[in-house]
Amino acid sequence: MQLIQLIIDGVASGCIYGLVALGFVLIYKATETINFAQGDILMLGAFVAYSLIGILGMDYLTGFALTVLIIAVFGFFLDAVVVRQIIGQPAFATVMLTIGLGFIFRGFASIYWGTDIFSFSTPFSGKITEFNGLIISYVNLSIIVGTAVLMSALYFFFTFSKIGVAMRASSENQLAAYYMGIPVKFIFSLIWSISAGVAAVAGVLLAPITLVDTSISLIGLKAFAAAVLGGFGSIPGAIVGGIIIGIVEQLCGTYENYLFEGVREISAYLVLILTLIIYPRGLFSDKAEVKKV
Amino acid sequence: MRFIFKTKYSQDINIAKHNGDRFWYSLLILIMVALPLVLDDFYLGEISYICILSIAGIGLMILSGYTGLASLGHAAFLGVGAYTHAFLLTNGIPFYASIPIVIVVSFLVGAAIGIPILRLTGMYLAIATLALGFIAEHVFIKWEHFTGGNRGLPVPQPEFLGMSFYDSVFFYYVCLVFLIAAMFAAINILRSPTGRAFVAIRDSEIAAQSLGVNLGLYKALSFAISGAFTGLAGALLAHYIGYLAPDIFNIFLSLTLLLLIVVGGMGSLHGTVFGAIFVGFLPQLIAICRDYLPSSIGSQPGLEPMLFGLILVFFILYEPLGIYGRWMKIKLFFELFPTYKRQTFKKQKVFTKSDRV
Repeated sequence: MQLIQLIIDGVASGCIYGLVALGFVLIYKATETINFAQGDILMLGAFVAYSLIGILGMDYLTGFALTVLIIAVFGFFLDAVVVRQIIGQPAFATVMLTIGLGFIFRGFASIYWGTDIFSFSTPFSGKITEFNGLIISYVNLSIIVGTAVLMSALYFFFTFSKIGVAMRASSENQLAAYYMGIPVKFIFSLIWSISAGVAAVAGVLLAPITLVDTSISLIGLKAFAAAVLGGFGSIPGAIVGGIIIGIVEQLCGTYENYLFEGVREISAYLVLILTLIIYPRGLFSDKAEVKKV
Repeated sequence: MRFIFKTKYSQDINIAKHNGDRFWYSLLILIMVALPLVLDDFYLGEISYICILSIAGIGLMILSGYTGLASLGHAAFLGVGAYTHAFLLTNGIPFYASIPIVIVVSFLVGAAIGIPILRLTGMYLAIATLALGFIAEHVFIKWEHFTGGNRGLPVPQPEFLGMSFYDSVFFYYVCLVFLIAAMFAAINILRSPTGRAFVAIRDSEIAAQSLGVNLGLYKALSFAISGAFTGLAGALLAHYIGYLAPDIFNIFLSLTLLLLIVVGGMGSLHGTVFGAIFVGFLPQLIAICRDYLPSSIGSQPGLEPMLFGLILVFFILYEPLGIYGRWMKIKLFFELFPTYKRQTFKKQKVFTKSDRV
């Protein structure tokens, strides 16, 4: 029973990792760049939600929707104004650029909102439900349901909408998509905006658990483990990878005595390294194996 | 414009290409040696720190600037060097024996890290090194027998050549000698077949492989050499700090090293020194900025990461060749005056290389 309880908690935190990893994957699939600032965008999302809901006193759902919209627009212009300039530069340049952007966001957040820890009230705070002796908090439930809803929305978007199909086409082959009359640059900026929006959703869902401060941007680094485990470039893989990481982390935390001290904090990174060494293509990769020497 | 008329083959492999170079670099070394006559202890300490940063920068430059492998966890090597050195000194091993051991240990750690992850390319490598940096930081905290854990580890300051490391003039000379030695070592490694293999790997792995470069071997070697330089810097850093705590070797230090080589200029050893000067004086620069900004912004702790990020972004976007690149442009402008063309340094448009098959 304890095991099932742990797994449920793990799934909830794993969904957050999965959502952030999803942001990496969307951008990577399309532009082959990695956004190291994904965690910082998540943090911005949480802070904007705090401003809207906690300070301005908006209704939770309205505030949620508005936050996602604001961050999505922000993501669009982030690509259109800054990131696009270095297309064609080596991968190293993108890595450094997005790391720099992450620092700017974090610095901005701590200047504008301050370094205190904030929280805002949600309809789920403090409520729990019992089911056959399992204790499930509404917050965890909201994360799992929110992820499921978002995933199905994205699935329908990418399968049935015209823009979604155009995005998939641009990810497959930029040049061919361009020849078919798809505005590839615009589509890429849209992908950045979706990815930022997904990060904002993760940030708002996470806010009741970790509260809001600048350190939550570190989630972005753990989400790398999720993305790599799922095989960079696979959308379901990102979520499954995230859930696995979340469960592993919970289990390591509980059974720390049997392993070694402090294993919980680094378990995600250990999984990441092991995946890269043993099975670098990841669990769900539809692509050929990662290039080997 | 200077044209060098070559009459001997040895001129091609000289470190200094002409007498002008020889004159200016000798003058620079002379000035550096004479500095303690004019500067007080505070500035000597700062310059020693810049020397240490330069040595660490050389390490990362060999890996990232010359071999093209990004490392986001290089603080781990600094930590390995610092803790090994402090551990050896605590156990009574003298300074002159400890330094070579530190270099060998960091070399081996570099190789040990390099071998399993050398199959990875591009961003996978960046992510893996990032994770390794975190794991290393965690090991420094938990391996209390060796590192003292969160309590920290005091660094003994032994006598060396009859002088104490507390003497800032002596410490400055030690750092300077190590920097010059490291510079010579790096120059010689980079102009040897090994170094040229590194550059070939950076420019095109496929081309390098076709020319018979063993990619795996050279990538691991690059990691190991880079680790050795950075470990040496770590050992000196241990003396500079005096008291080691695990949170010194965090991701922020790794990113500072990256900032150093990006700002200095990727792919140039001059760049490491320029970058180290920049990074070394960054805290002072920020302090000056604080005075000029309104106090509501100036007193914020978030100012530092923000400026850090802004500098990084501006250099990546507008001066990818760094300070050294800017220096080259200014030099060429005067050499070619009045026929300098901006297009000489125009950013080449390259088609994005795909990692996908």
